[in-house]
Amino acid sequence: MRFLKTLGYLLALPLILVAIWWASTLGETNFFVPTPALLAEAFAETWFGERIFSDVLPSIGRLVVGVASAIIIGIVAGLLIGSVKWLRDLTEPVLEFFRAIPPPVLVPVLMLLMGITDGMKVAVIISGCVWPVLLNTIEGVRAIDGVLSDSAHTYGIHGWARIKYLVLPSAGPQIMAGIRQCLSIGLILMVISEMFASSSGLGFTIVQFQRSFAIPEMWSGIVVLGLIGVALSFIFQWTERRVLRWYHGLREVENAV
Amino acid sequence: MQSETTPGTTPAPAGKTLPGNEAMLSVRNLKKVYKTDGGDIEAVRNLTFDLKAGELACLVGPSGSGKTTLLKCISGLMAPTEGEVLLNGTPVSGPPKKMAVVFQEYGRSLFPWMRVRENVELPLKNQGVPRAERDKLVDDALEAVGLSHVPQSYPWQLSGGMQQRVAIARAVAYQPEVLLMDEPFAAVDAQTRADLEDLIRTVWRKLGVTVLFVTHDIDESVYLGERVIILSSSPTVIQEDLTIDLPDERDQLNTRSLPRFTELRHHVYEQIQLAKQGHSPAAAVQTDSSAGSGAA
Repeated sequence: MRFLKTLGYLLALPLILVAIWWASTLGETNFFVPTPALLAEAFAETWFGERIFSDVLPSIGRLVVGVASAIIIGIVAGLLIGSVKWLRDLTEPVLEFFRAIPPPVLVPVLMLLMGITDGMKVAVIISGCVWPVLLNTIEGVRAIDGVLSDSAHTYGIHGWARIKYLVLPSAGPQIMAGIRQCLSIGLILMVISEMFASSSGLGFTIVQFQRSFAIPEMWSGIVVLGLIGVALSFIFQWTERRVLRWYHGLREVENAV
Repeated sequence: MQSETTPGTTPAPAGKTLPGNEAMLSVRNLKKVYKTDGGDIEAVRNLTFDLKAGELACLVGPSGSGKTTLLKCISGLMAPTEGEVLLNGTPVSGPPKKMAVVFQEYGRSLFPWMRVRENVELPLKNQGVPRAERDKLVDDALEAVGLSHVPQSYPWQLSGGMQQRVAIARAVAYQPEVLLMDEPFAAVDAQTRADLEDLIRTVWRKLGVTVLFVTHDIDESVYLGERVIILSSSPTVIQEDLTIDLPDERDQLNTRSLPRFTELRHHVYEQIQLAKQGHSPAAAVQTDSSAGSGAA
């Protein structure tokens, strides 16, 4: 029963939106706005075939590699910078500078330096995704409670144990907030990195469809991107609920007081 | 220890000291000055006292008398500006292995991402205590504080008093030789507080651990301690080192209504009032070369 209710909330608005779309495109002749039926047909034809392997999966692969690398780099560097004061003072202005650079402008630069390779596309994704994770981790590490830190210290919890039992969990809520931003930036950069110069991938395919006036197909590509975004968001939420269960519980208790 | 600020009235240490290597914990001429942008702040001027093994001593002083500073220096979390702390004759330079600390802020000293049992177990796990032994120590500790029924709860699901019990259990399971407590019951309600005071007496007698209990509550210090060390206001020296000659068996109702309890309480109260008004302790007129033998 609870499952049905959740499912209802999940699907109600999408169904209503599709219904509105269907109603408003009844008898529509505009070439650039397809009807739901036409789009569904194009979707099935376009994506349930070879393109899954030639475009969708490679794109997702690069996205996953890029985002995962960004998360790992961001957390490791964030732990280091957050824990060492002089390193923090040294890097903070520079980090702000790099963060301010919009990653899409790096695409031509990286293309020249690395060539038009998967590595270049992953590098573009990392260059944009690493910042929210890195900066949030630094903040999270800095914000560790002094009493908690003293407690760990008096019980001889040092080094790796300190990171594992104190620093990482304590910075967890902030790290997860960084990862959430990182995922949406990753999706955007995945598409952009494929739009400039590429011979495969979702971004490439969508631009190709647009240039060849395959409008329903173009739209269906956009739907695929949206679905990937939804899937990422669900995976994130599922993970976050498990990792930060203590945090949500604690917040609930604090709010109830 | 020439004091730059008030030469001539430099108070001498008035705490009880023990000869040779009898002391479990020794504080020697401890001084702590905080360097701040607005100048130096002398939190602790000169403290000397010893605790013998198995003793339960209370440190009591007016608020702002550097009690927490002193405890941080003793626990090795902070380096003193001058003087030293010795645990079993060995100078303390960082948190010693055989020392556990219970902080006032129970809500901030337990790991909120770990369950009660994991919190108690963590220091042992970190030390590499074998599983079976660890389980036994954790079970016994939780049993001792009366929390065997909630090992799977998170600390924040418990009341304040229960959270402080978890912190005490964690300290007990760690099997310290010295247990330091920094106003552990200041943030719990009066009834819970009475229960926890009795719990500390029970645990102390059962384990034979040396306890240094910091409090600002005069009644609490007299009720709990075998000895009360009264601190002056900042910059801190020892106002008086008082032996509490109450019977060993104590309970909230009877002990607190003993005439002797009232006398002692009265005495400590007076000393604290004197301390607040800035009266130097009796021993302060002595020169600093002869360590005071206790004013009580």
